[in-house]
Amino acid sequence: MNAMNPAMNAGSEDSEALKKQSSFKMMLKRLAANKLALTGGIIFIILVLLAVFAPLIAPYDYLTVNPANKYAGPSAQHLLGTDQFGRDIFSRLVWGGRWSLTLGVLGTAISTLLGIVVGSIAGYFGGIVDNIIMRIIDVIQCIPGMLLTIMISVVLGQTFFATVAALSFGGIWGTARMLRGQILTVRTLDYVEAAKATNNGPVRIIFKYVLPNSIQQTIIHACMSIGGQITMASGLSFLGLGIQPPLPEWGAMLNDARPFIRYYPLMLIGPCVMIGLTVLSISLFGDGLRDAMDPRMKK
Amino acid sequence: MSTLIELQELERYFKTPKGQLHAVDKISMKFEQGTTMGVVGESGCGKSTLARTIIHLQEPTGGKMFFEGEDMTHPNKAMIKRLRNHMQIIFQDPYMTLNPRYTVEDTLKEPLVLSGKYTKGESLNKEIRRLMDMIGISGRLRMSYPHELSGGRRQRVGIGRALAMDPKFIACDEPVASLDVSIQAQIINLLQDLQKDFGLTYMFVTHDMSVVRFISHDISVMYLGQLVETSPSQELFERPLHPYSKALLSAIPTTDIDKPRERIRLKGELMSPINPKPGCRFLPRCEYATEACQQPQKLEELLPGHFVACCRARQLNNLS
Repeated sequence: MNAMNPAMNAGSEDSEALKKQSSFKMMLKRLAANKLALTGGIIFIILVLLAVFAPLIAPYDYLTVNPANKYAGPSAQHLLGTDQFGRDIFSRLVWGGRWSLTLGVLGTAISTLLGIVVGSIAGYFGGIVDNIIMRIIDVIQCIPGMLLTIMISVVLGQTFFATVAALSFGGIWGTARMLRGQILTVRTLDYVEAAKATNNGPVRIIFKYVLPNSIQQTIIHACMSIGGQITMASGLSFLGLGIQPPLPEWGAMLNDARPFIRYYPLMLIGPCVMIGLTVLSISLFGDGLRDAMDPRMKK
Repeated sequence: MSTLIELQELERYFKTPKGQLHAVDKISMKFEQGTTMGVVGESGCGKSTLARTIIHLQEPTGGKMFFEGEDMTHPNKAMIKRLRNHMQIIFQDPYMTLNPRYTVEDTLKEPLVLSGKYTKGESLNKEIRRLMDMIGISGRLRMSYPHELSGGRRQRVGIGRALAMDPKFIACDEPVASLDVSIQAQIINLLQDLQKDFGLTYMFVTHDMSVVRFISHDISVMYLGQLVETSPSQELFERPLHPYSKALLSAIPTTDIDKPRERIRLKGELMSPINPKPGCRFLPRCEYATEACQQPQKLEELLPGHFVACCRARQLNNLS
């Protein structure tokens, strides 16, 4: 029927040869090809494995006090030395991942998920819905983040889940605001109109059209904020809220080390490196993940 | 030939802080089955809004619309769903018309599945292949993403998506404006072939007079949200009656250098579409304006099938 381009009609039989490659598989492929992202992912997995298998890896218990052997330097018995109560620092770092990592990851995951829900609703529906949600966010964001987290932590108490809730609440609004901005630009594009014209419902349009094309920044933001959440958690510990000493949460360990910074910096360096490694590995991985999720990136 | 879509004094106003913006103002039109209605006018005259209002991407704020004689002005959800199986749209920008995260297959499959006509399996697969043949997209491009396709191919996929709904009416919103000329010809030929094969009715929105002359049976000229002239295509090009249409047609470049060319240059600016005065919208730029032009203009049939909204047209064109 199409006299202009006979060549174009020839190819219909070779479509058989094309196996559908799932977009998820493609994404993994692209991710694996990205060396930096791979490195980040591996470091993070190692950190997680350390925390998961802490009882097997840590040579000592994280609570056992040994006053006879305080401030010991690195040695064969104590890889990173001991702290002011003679506790093995390496063991405490390994165990500490259990609290720090779960707090950081869980706090970020919950706040990002809720942020995506709120941001999508505001951005997609727009108008008065958007207005009401954004004004509420304005009010909440007037309160400094740390103060907000402290207030919630005080109200909810010092259990683990109360701390997660306190950490999550503060992170929702920034994510929501950012995503909403992205969505506002995407939702007026022709392909969203076309989706409406081909009978896509609002939920399908959000999940298939608007979110995949506006969420990259949010993913990066989430990865970056894991570090922030870990620091926030340590801030709570410092104020006597959140995770309570003597549990070896990395932030709490930092605060423990503060008085000895001049004489015994090893106590400080350990948790710093752990927090730094976590943040770095997650950012590298997050960067790669964003690129891999975008089919426009070839390699 | 029967009327597929009829518009009666259709209005689409937008609320702005300064007042009502009359994007589409009291437009009455008929789309006959199997024909192409070209809608021309300069940018901002409301032609795209009109297209989007007809297929219910925008809701009309006044007037009435009929689809095959049935009132579709304010359809409920079920009716919208049904109407969209009959009315589709093709967009201007091939870079914006496809979801960047959908392969060609995803884009074509979605309307087939959502309309409930095809579920999974071989029949769906066959239908996708049939669509791709129809729009001239090679099977090897089935798993390609939009960024891997050229502009012309993207536009073909956009057409395929519209065809997947098996529509009777397609609103083409400047479908060739951002393609280069050789690809324009391909796309227009494709649209014409499809019209011949399936008896499609097109609304062809454009600002390119040479394109519209080639594809349209009838042409409507819009100015600032209003219909100023509508007539069979040939007739309009030979004998434009409205002063604005004359100016518009005189702007078409010609290849005949011997033919004297009288270029009508319009002076002045478009008036604001926000709370416009009741009279002729073209008045501030029209050299023939008189007192009577400050009254609202009515569309009158001056020649058979040739309607003009200008109180001076009869006199200016020496018609009885």
